[in-house]
Amino acid sequence: MATKAAKELPKEEFILPGTRSCAACGLMLTYRHSLKALDPGKTIVAVPASCMTVLHGVYPITPVKVICVNNPFAATGAAASGIVAGLKATGKAGYTVVAFAGDGGTYDIGIQSLSGALERGTDFMYVCYDNEGYMNTGTQRSSASPAGAVTTTTPILAKLQHKKDMLRIVEAHRIPYVATASPSFPLDLYDKVRKAKEIKGSRYIEVHAPCPPGWGFPNKDLIKMGKLAADTAVHVLYEIVDGKFRLTSRSLRLAEKGGKKTVADYVKGQTRFKKITEGQIQALQEFTDRRWYEFMERHQNGRS
Amino acid sequence: MAEKNRETVVAVSKPAAGEAGRTGDWRSHTPRIDHEKCSQQESCLLCWMYCPDGVISREFPLEIDVEYCKGCGICAEECPRKAITMVQGRQSQGDPDEGH
Ligand SMILES: Cc1ncc(C[n+]2csc(CCOP(=O)(O)OP(=O)(O)O)c2C)c(N)n1
Ligand code: SF4
Ligand code: SF4
Ligand code: SF4
Repeated sequence: MATKAAKELPKEEFILPGTRSCAACGLMLTYRHSLKALDPGKTIVAVPASCMTVLHGVYPITPVKVICVNNPFAATGAAASGIVAGLKATGKAGYTVVAFAGDGGTYDIGIQSLSGALERGTDFMYVCYDNEGYMNTGTQRSSASPAGAVTTTTPILAKLQHKKDMLRIVEAHRIPYVATASPSFPLDLYDKVRKAKEIKGSRYIEVHAPCPPGWGFPNKDLIKMGKLAADTAVHVLYEIVDGKFRLTSRSLRLAEKGGKKTVADYVKGQTRFKKITEGQIQALQEFTDRRWYEFMERHQNGRS
Repeated sequence: MAEKNRETVVAVSKPAAGEAGRTGDWRSHTPRIDHEKCSQQESCLLCWMYCPDGVISREFPLEIDVEYCKGCGICAEECPRKAITMVQGRQSQGDPDEGH
């Protein structure tokens, strides 16, 4: 059953206050509600080098009340597979192994170990929090950065290539659960993590996680930025259960009621797009529209 | 011959608040709740839900843990009743920067 109000979310916090992550961090809000959806006493988290490692703190203290294994940057899928195998070998049942990695650690350097784990059907959940760049090391370009974004490695022309369609690559492994989410829609995020927890096999959730310092927008606008991404269909909320596609939450309403905003509305509030040209905005709009119509069509087909 | 040492040594962190210190010190502005304006209803709690750092209480009247609130302003921005305002400064007792 879908969660309908904030009061239905568990009260207990699994991240103690006073963390190292920036004020208004989209990842932090994502992690906060994801842990509420899991059974933290029975969860083991695998984390590569990223803002998530920073959030997890410096030895001998961590703010997070969940067992976490830090793994090398490229190895998240392999590390999680090892934990799953270790639990099995030692007869420890009932644990959920959840990998949490950034887009750099997922789309780029971690793609081989992730693909290996998905191909083996490893019984785990993989959450990619997509802040669209290598944020921990100072906003370098990743293959998840959108076209037109200035990063510290694309400072002059801004990024020339569109975002990689990672979700299609993940889907091609034909795993039982693939979903997208956003911290601006915590109830939808919470429900998806909870649902994924109950499914056996490999599960993948990609969360669009706005990052104020990396994207260049005011801290207070974190929630609004995530909502605008959904309203413009730059980020589309959906889930695919055993191959059946369905739009959810704000994206479902957008498909039913219309009123899609333009990409120009989205880029104007972020300084990372300060160099974007009219032509690039047009190209980004076409890229976004093409995906949106595909999703609407799949949603129709999924229902019939 | 000595026994082989089979003990595995693993560095394990323990959970505690304030891992990064008193993050309230990062603030330039501080949220202030007008309890009259707040709905004081469980049916809202949007500020609680959207605070990335989880420093707003769930019980009414709401309390903000100013020792750790980073002053991002999300709660003030998202409150549908405009019951939270961001006031200048850290607003913490004995703050040397504020000349108390
Ligand atoms: C093999 C290797 N190369 C480079 C690094 C340095 N490094 C640490 S975190 C990071 C960026 C991580 O980016 P992403 O995965 O997108 O996560 P985010 O920082 O955005 O949370 C880099 C390049 C490393 N730790 N290991
Ligand atoms: S750089 Fe961005 S993703 Fe990383 S901690 Fe800061 S706000 Fe969060
Ligand atoms: S969002 Fe505003 S009205 Fe709602 S509980 Fe918080 S302070 Fe009260
Ligand atoms: S200002 Fe930010 S950190 Fe402080 S209570 Fe409001 S939402 Fe939470």
